[in-house]
Amino acid sequence: MADSPASDTPLLRTPLHDRHAALGARIVAFAGYAMPVQYPKGIIAEHLWTREKAGLFDVSHMGQAVLAGSDHAAVAAAIESLVPGEIRDLKPGALRYTQLLTEDGGIIDDLMVTRPAAPQEDGRLLLVVNAARKEVDYAHIAARLPAGLTLTPLTDRALIALQGPQAEAVMARHCPRAVELGFMTATRAQFDGIDCHVSRSGYTGEDGFEISVADSDAGTVWDALLAEAEVAPIGLGARDTLRLEAGLCLYGHDIDETTSPVEAGLVWSIGRRRRAEGGFPGFDRIRREMSEGPSRRRVGIRPSGRAPAREGTAIAAGGRPVGTVTSGGFGPSVGGPVAMGYVARGFTDIGTEVSLSVRGRDEPATVAALPFVPNRYKR
Amino acid sequence: MTTYFTKDHEWITVEGDIATVGITNYAQGQLGDVVYVELPEIGKSVKQGEEAAVVESVKAASEVYAPVSGEVVEVNEGLTDEPAKVNTAAEGDGWFLKLRIADKGQLASLMSADAYKAYLDEIG
Repeated sequence: MADSPASDTPLLRTPLHDRHAALGARIVAFAGYAMPVQYPKGIIAEHLWTREKAGLFDVSHMGQAVLAGSDHAAVAAAIESLVPGEIRDLKPGALRYTQLLTEDGGIIDDLMVTRPAAPQEDGRLLLVVNAARKEVDYAHIAARLPAGLTLTPLTDRALIALQGPQAEAVMARHCPRAVELGFMTATRAQFDGIDCHVSRSGYTGEDGFEISVADSDAGTVWDALLAEAEVAPIGLGARDTLRLEAGLCLYGHDIDETTSPVEAGLVWSIGRRRRAEGGFPGFDRIRREMSEGPSRRRVGIRPSGRAPAREGTAIAAGGRPVGTVTSGGFGPSVGGPVAMGYVARGFTDIGTEVSLSVRGRDEPATVAALPFVPNRYKR
Repeated sequence: MTTYFTKDHEWITVEGDIATVGITNYAQGQLGDVVYVELPEIGKSVKQGEEAAVVESVKAASEVYAPVSGEVVEVNEGLTDEPAKVNTAAEGDGWFLKLRIADKGQLASLMSADAYKAYLDEIG
């Protein structure tokens, strides 16, 4: 996780900022926001808590927006001209992970696209984008919208994630409607009588929920969840180790405008129809990479020793450079160092022996299967 | 036996011409969970202010600087198996290395416990 470079611009605060401070969080600059990186228990304890119980995350820095048009066909066509995901046939109440692409097939951002469940909301798509890319994404989308469609950032909504095997039991007490949801589906619901939009999704590899609420209600929802015995507040530090173990990409690290979805191992997120029909930016590159194989690909890396390999660590094989680590550190559930990075074609097979240049020393490592920790999404 | 401190948050305890070096409790608190330490070779000579060891938390790697010049005579092998000792006993069992001090005059450039405490108050 990169802290934003120091600047004169004051950091933005989420509606939950004072609560983080009161909980003793260490606050850092992240994507222009003052965000909790960890609470007093520390990153390892928070990570393990989330894997065993239920972790509560403030992800209000993420961008939420509504794309609206006359009907679903119109908004789906508009967004499908920018992303490779299958949006047209998305059922009401379903969400998809996809990517905004450059003309060259590079990734401008990765995002979640939700088709609202309610018939009266037909013709709307809810977008959740990365905090650091909000402005870029909104400008990119707005500049390419056909007449009659509008993109409206929701600047007065918070986003709270509850993640972990006990998240369902906790939600059952406050938002029974949420527990009826299958993985990657969403609905409007009431949380203790408060209007919210809840999805069964997250970015930790665990079962869980993301709850979008008005800023003015965020504190009430946060407090109600935190009052539950199974729930502890979790900072961005553990969010990063959880998503790394889950093999999930972090924008600006594992994916950016130079990487394609094929190189990033995100082919699974490209719909079957879309692979055949194209109609999205970078289709030529993506089709070519899918048929010939990309020249490099994102893989998991397990260092053999205990030294963590951080972002930027050079990966070599047989004495020559073959790639670079894009995310790396200590995996608390794995109990040792884990990393992800890009390696050249020919070195992507699981079990391939490579070496990592850590502070000038060659540390042995192996190309490993992702995720490092099995996903436990609700099926 | 006297303990001195550096502005980089190392502590050094001197007995005769042997110094034990570690990071302060404040430093371990700033680092968070320590998951790896890289210790120097025994016999290595280090200069005051130069990197003597590396300590890695979940998030990042940090250098441990030699508070004074000297030769490494012992390292805390226990940290290899249990790096979290740096968190639980930073100013005790979580020591990093022992140096044979080359120039005791350099100790005068370090802070006393009281001066370090005042320094911490100052940096907030």
